[in-house]
Amino acid sequence: MIRFEKVTKIYPGSQAAAVNDIDLEVAEGEICVLIGPSGCGKTTLMRMVNRLIPVTSGSIYVNGKNIMSLDVIELRCSIGYVIQQIGLFPHMTVSDNIATVPKLLKWDKRRIQARVDELLNLVQLDPVIFRHRYPRELSGGQAQRIGVARAMATDPPVMLMDEPFGAIDPINREVLQDEFLSIQEKIRKTIVFVTHDIHEAIKMGNKIALLNAGRLVQFGTPEALLTSPVNQFVKDFVGADRALKRLDLLKVQDAMLKNPVRCYDTDEVQAVHQYMKEKELNYLLVCDSQDHLLGYVNHRDIIDHYGKIGDRVKPMTLTVSPKRNLKEALSKMLSYDIGILVVVDDNKLVGILNTMTLAAVVGQTYDEQGGRWGKITAGGRIL
Amino acid sequence: MKANTTSSSRSRGWVMAGLILAFATGGYFQHLGFFDFAVNNPAEIWKLFLEHIYLVVISSTISVSIGVPLGILLTRDFMRRYRNWILNILGICQTVPSLAVIAIAMTYIGIGKKTAIFALVIYGLLPIIRNSVAGLAGIDPVIIDAGRGMGMNPAQLLFRVELPNALYIILAGIRTSTVINVGTAAMSFLVGGGGLGDLIFSGISMVDPGYMLAGAVPTCILAIFFNWFLGKVEFWAVSPGLSFSSRRDVSP
Repeated sequence: MIRFEKVTKIYPGSQAAAVNDIDLEVAEGEICVLIGPSGCGKTTLMRMVNRLIPVTSGSIYVNGKNIMSLDVIELRCSIGYVIQQIGLFPHMTVSDNIATVPKLLKWDKRRIQARVDELLNLVQLDPVIFRHRYPRELSGGQAQRIGVARAMATDPPVMLMDEPFGAIDPINREVLQDEFLSIQEKIRKTIVFVTHDIHEAIKMGNKIALLNAGRLVQFGTPEALLTSPVNQFVKDFVGADRALKRLDLLKVQDAMLKNPVRCYDTDEVQAVHQYMKEKELNYLLVCDSQDHLLGYVNHRDIIDHYGKIGDRVKPMTLTVSPKRNLKEALSKMLSYDIGILVVVDDNKLVGILNTMTLAAVVGQTYDEQGGRWGKITAGGRIL
Repeated sequence: MKANTTSSSRSRGWVMAGLILAFATGGYFQHLGFFDFAVNNPAEIWKLFLEHIYLVVISSTISVSIGVPLGILLTRDFMRRYRNWILNILGICQTVPSLAVIAIAMTYIGIGKKTAIFALVIYGLLPIIRNSVAGLAGIDPVIIDAGRGMGMNPAQLLFRVELPNALYIILAGIRTSTVINVGTAAMSFLVGGGGLGDLIFSGISMVDPGYMLAGAVPTCILAIFFNWFLGKVEFWAVSPGLSFSSRRDVSP
């Protein structure tokens, strides 16, 4: 979708190349993160795509067309552009800001209005409240949402984002990143995303291109960068805690033990107790016939009881969704001091997660020799 | 909101005080018989008054239509290198007294309204150019980058982004220039340009305060009126989204 071919940029009056002979291909629908220390040429590389900075040598293709063969205005109108300082026009209302490119393309008024409302809804701002506000009446997070909405106004297939969440406080940044990722899941734009924050890169990128002093050092998936850094620079850049960073990347569903042992609310208490004794289980999960999690039973609680297990169930308050990442799951386990976390999707029991599986998954993906799954799986079934 | 009300009621208090003072002074001058001339010759004063307005409006219009485009030109990329040079030279020119400008203009063009207007245009130009340059150069480069990145051509960038954002400062320059112009236009009399200067200068040379006041008071009123009127224009023309504007209460 976007292809860089031997792209070099030498600023006038400078000896060294700001961007040096870079080959890179961003596939359609992917977020490619350009990252590196400041002055590594990442912003320059991005700004060459919409010709805000002219290329010294080499060529860039967007959608198979050389950007130099296109009309510069047309090219820019077809590429969404988001910058760190947001750059909303202070004299225009939110709605006029979002309508900037549609107006340049002379859309009719009704279509513009409809599109503005649609986009405001997409970024979760109520059109009735925000349409007529001015940028100075917005908070940082709201302004950046408008910035993103403005870039998507004409539904361009390609977007350039220059540290879009850089100026926002950490808590709101997480929220905006999550929101943007869920939007991206729907719209599937091809995005070049510049950042200097490795966490953001790992979280947002389908691919990461690590640059240093104008050269491309490593290009690959976040996994590849974390598990097989090509040299010491990459290792240092991703940080000594790259094993931990992987937790950000992996979802609970990748690590959980599927199909854990359980009993049903209609089972006889004594039968369950017998089973637990045989298997030496302290606890057992209880589901209804549709596999919805009802809670758990402790073997001491049922030892002298009769009847159905459903009457003895204790509710389970701490669960995790399989869509969350492992870091959240781990922090839940640590903060509540529990060794096992039950994974529940839409109230349905789908798996369990324990510290051993977690450690194993992290170890396995990080360990260059490869981990051993079998052992852990056996261990995890002890429940 | 609260701050706004108090500040507006305070300024209303000043206006009241000013009016009372003006009435008192007026009454005193009337008592001395200074307004006899004005009362006896309303048609004459009216004619000169209109002539004065004519001089101011024509010269200011020309100043604006030269000054703003010049300011725009000076802020284009290719002029960046020369901008400070040119502004400094214009600044030096501004230190030449208005009387001298009129005198120099007269040696080339002769006497009459044309000379007066020419001199007024020259003299009114600097505040307009300077403010246009300051307004346009002071725009946050980020929003210009955003506009360019979204595909605006230079003209669209100028009219949709740069000028609306610089408007407040440009209009402030126009206001300053026009108000100064009202005062300077009194000098037109010296080159036969007419206007209220007729009464003022004749009054001075005849040592007749009544005659002089008949010219000075309307000149003052005119200056105050232009100041107020252009202030209103600023108020309505500048987008409420800009921080200069007081048109909208902002709750962040």
